[in-house]
Amino acid sequence: MKEYLLGNAAIAKGIKDAGSGLVSGYPGTPSSEIIETLVGLGGIKHIEWSVNEKVALEVAIGASWAGTRSTATMKHVGLNVAADPFMTLAYLGVGGGLVLISADDPFCHSSQNEQDTRRYAQFAQVPLLDPADPQEAKDMVMYGFDLSEKFNVPVILRPTTRVSHARSDVNVDPTSSTSEGQASFGRNPARRVSLPVHVRPLHRELLEKQAAMEEVLASTPWNRLDLKGDHGVIASGLSALYAEEAILSLGLDLSFLKIGTFPAPSKMIAAMLRHVKKILVVEEMEPVLQEQVEMIARKVNPGVEVLGKGDYISRVGELDLLPVKEAIARMEGISPETRPTLDAEKILPPRPPSLCPGCSHRATYYAMHKAFGKNAVYPSDIGCYTMAVNMGTVDTCLCMGASITIASGIRLGGVEEPICCSLGDSTFIHSGLTGLLNAAYNNARITVTVLDNSTTAMTGHQPHPGTGLTATGEASVPVSLEDIAKALGAGFVEVVNPYDIKATIDVFKKAKEYQGLSVVISRQLCVIKALKAGVRRKPLSVNENCTGCKLCVEFGCPAIEFEGDKAKINNLCIGCGVCASICKNNALDVVK
Amino acid sequence: MKTSECDVVIVGVGGQGVILISDILGRAAVKEGVRVRGAETHGMAQRGGSVINHTRLGCKFSPMVPSGGADVLLALEPSEALRFAYFLKEKGVALVNTRPVLPVTVTTGKAHYPPLDRIISPLRDRFGEVRAFDATALAEKAGTAQAMNVVMLGALSRYIPLREELLLDALAQVVPKKHLDANRRAFAVGKAEVG
Repeated sequence: MKEYLLGNAAIAKGIKDAGSGLVSGYPGTPSSEIIETLVGLGGIKHIEWSVNEKVALEVAIGASWAGTRSTATMKHVGLNVAADPFMTLAYLGVGGGLVLISADDPFCHSSQNEQDTRRYAQFAQVPLLDPADPQEAKDMVMYGFDLSEKFNVPVILRPTTRVSHARSDVNVDPTSSTSEGQASFGRNPARRVSLPVHVRPLHRELLEKQAAMEEVLASTPWNRLDLKGDHGVIASGLSALYAEEAILSLGLDLSFLKIGTFPAPSKMIAAMLRHVKKILVVEEMEPVLQEQVEMIARKVNPGVEVLGKGDYISRVGELDLLPVKEAIARMEGISPETRPTLDAEKILPPRPPSLCPGCSHRATYYAMHKAFGKNAVYPSDIGCYTMAVNMGTVDTCLCMGASITIASGIRLGGVEEPICCSLGDSTFIHSGLTGLLNAAYNNARITVTVLDNSTTAMTGHQPHPGTGLTATGEASVPVSLEDIAKALGAGFVEVVNPYDIKATIDVFKKAKEYQGLSVVISRQLCVIKALKAGVRRKPLSVNENCTGCKLCVEFGCPAIEFEGDKAKINNLCIGCGVCASICKNNALDVVK
Repeated sequence: MKTSECDVVIVGVGGQGVILISDILGRAAVKEGVRVRGAETHGMAQRGGSVINHTRLGCKFSPMVPSGGADVLLALEPSEALRFAYFLKEKGVALVNTRPVLPVTVTTGKAHYPPLDRIISPLRDRFGEVRAFDATALAEKAGTAQAMNVVMLGALSRYIPLREELLLDALAQVVPKKHLDANRRAFAVGKAEVG
């Protein structure tokens, strides 16, 4: 039977069908819906949102070492956080099969960079499966557990945004799944304790199994060689779909090699290179495949012309059919089609994503700026609030949790101006705690603001330890962010309600004057969560006192418009009332 | 060689229900036994920003409709129609809801929203067929403004190779029961509008 499934939902079905007993992860676009779908499907022994990706992978490793098939999910940059356990896991190996899903985001649709997870697979010498569509993603994740157990290594599944967030007709017929045995941890120090004396032979063992892994991977259905004309195309993952469609639509007689596994099948590549005079390598982001093709070409056919990154295929952003078609046409000396241009669109207003109407982050940043002033330095972090970059309170954003440590470095490097950094509640728990402890320990006189909307909003409202709920909705220990801040050494800790602008400004002023490490927790439930929970506040309206000064309009709430010469509240208003506090003329009232 | 039977690009603003339309198309296509591919916008880009969805009916390749390759552009908001018009074939069909949603750049006075005719006339100049109508008003008449996306789906149903009964079956699967009648009416008025 077929269903129209989101790539991430197809992956979730594959994980379940493969009998994975434990799934852990940290939310991150484009990977988040895998765990959310699994929660809905049920039938997995343990599913968790972990506090960060390193923790998620380590929990999965523990389960694997006790014989349970396990899965860790994250976005590509999450693997940087999990890189420490990941690299050594490749040596130590698995018990139950372990699949690590690292979802790449070419073009940075919702990410801080466009790194290529295939480089991590090369780096750690572990196999990687590169799906082209949701069906392949589902089939590959199931295969990944078998492969992991066969070669005693973790296996990476690397969907990209256009696989995770694609939909297609997917065959969901149940397949035979491995029956789950009783978990038990068997002591084996030589494979589980990474002492130098143990890991030296394990490194050799890892290198020695590379050839056999490649050989087995080569025979999977995701690699396909079709020898035709003496010009050819080699493409990996989703790019292979672009290439196949381009070749068909141009009506060309080209040889074609589709690659779906890494290490890539070198014998198939060699067969292709012996057959052709000229070859184009098509892949998104890094020239991982192209480098391997060039190396093999030097051995088997040094005369072959290898085209790809640089002149023909971009290393930046994502591909689609047209650039691939253009590259193939150029290789074949066909003049490119002229693309339609439509200058009329230049008259359109930009529509960037923005904070929601009534979002408490806007209020917190407004109060912060009032108290700290325009000369202060405002390191920030990763979350919805990064979109407030035009409010003057987002001066930096590097990686999860770095607001606190960057702020510390700016202070300890000698800057005297006030410094107020900010990060969300989930980001604070993910990797702000160590930075806060470090700031206390090393006497960094900064203010840390936790923008606490009591959820992981940007990625779709996942719970975290501060919410007191687990991924599956069970009650857990709700941790207190203020108690954590005190315990880590902050001398000043205050909680404010950002909808109370005046009180919030006062607390920020006190924090600014404090001669030490201060923490302000600005707490107000995310407006989307609040609406879903049935919270209804009365909207506001503009009265005759409005002078058209635009102070409220500049606040930037999408519910406030300017019409004629006065402000106007539109139907997006959720009634937070912040604009009424900002107005100097008492021109905004709650609708009675 | 033709590599997709019918390519549809659906555009709008976060929250207008773009993804629901694609979901209905996909479910109906699976019932019809037609291969189907879709690509959608999630994450940061969603928050009040422009949203684009690609749906390819009768296609086994990538989910992305190439620029200049769409058979139909279904726009839930007029400025988004023009913003993404480069996806449409010259002989393609544009179905446009004329009810604007002002972006925050306009409400805060940093940019201007152009008059409707400056959006629609360049579309009429270039493309084979342009059907522009106030789908939001039609949805209100059908019972709820929320069903504007289903009005647009009804209009789209005349231009795609999927049977109406399969679309309506899929609609019933994805819409809450209590809103189903209003949504069926919305579908019918959308279809009648472009008849």
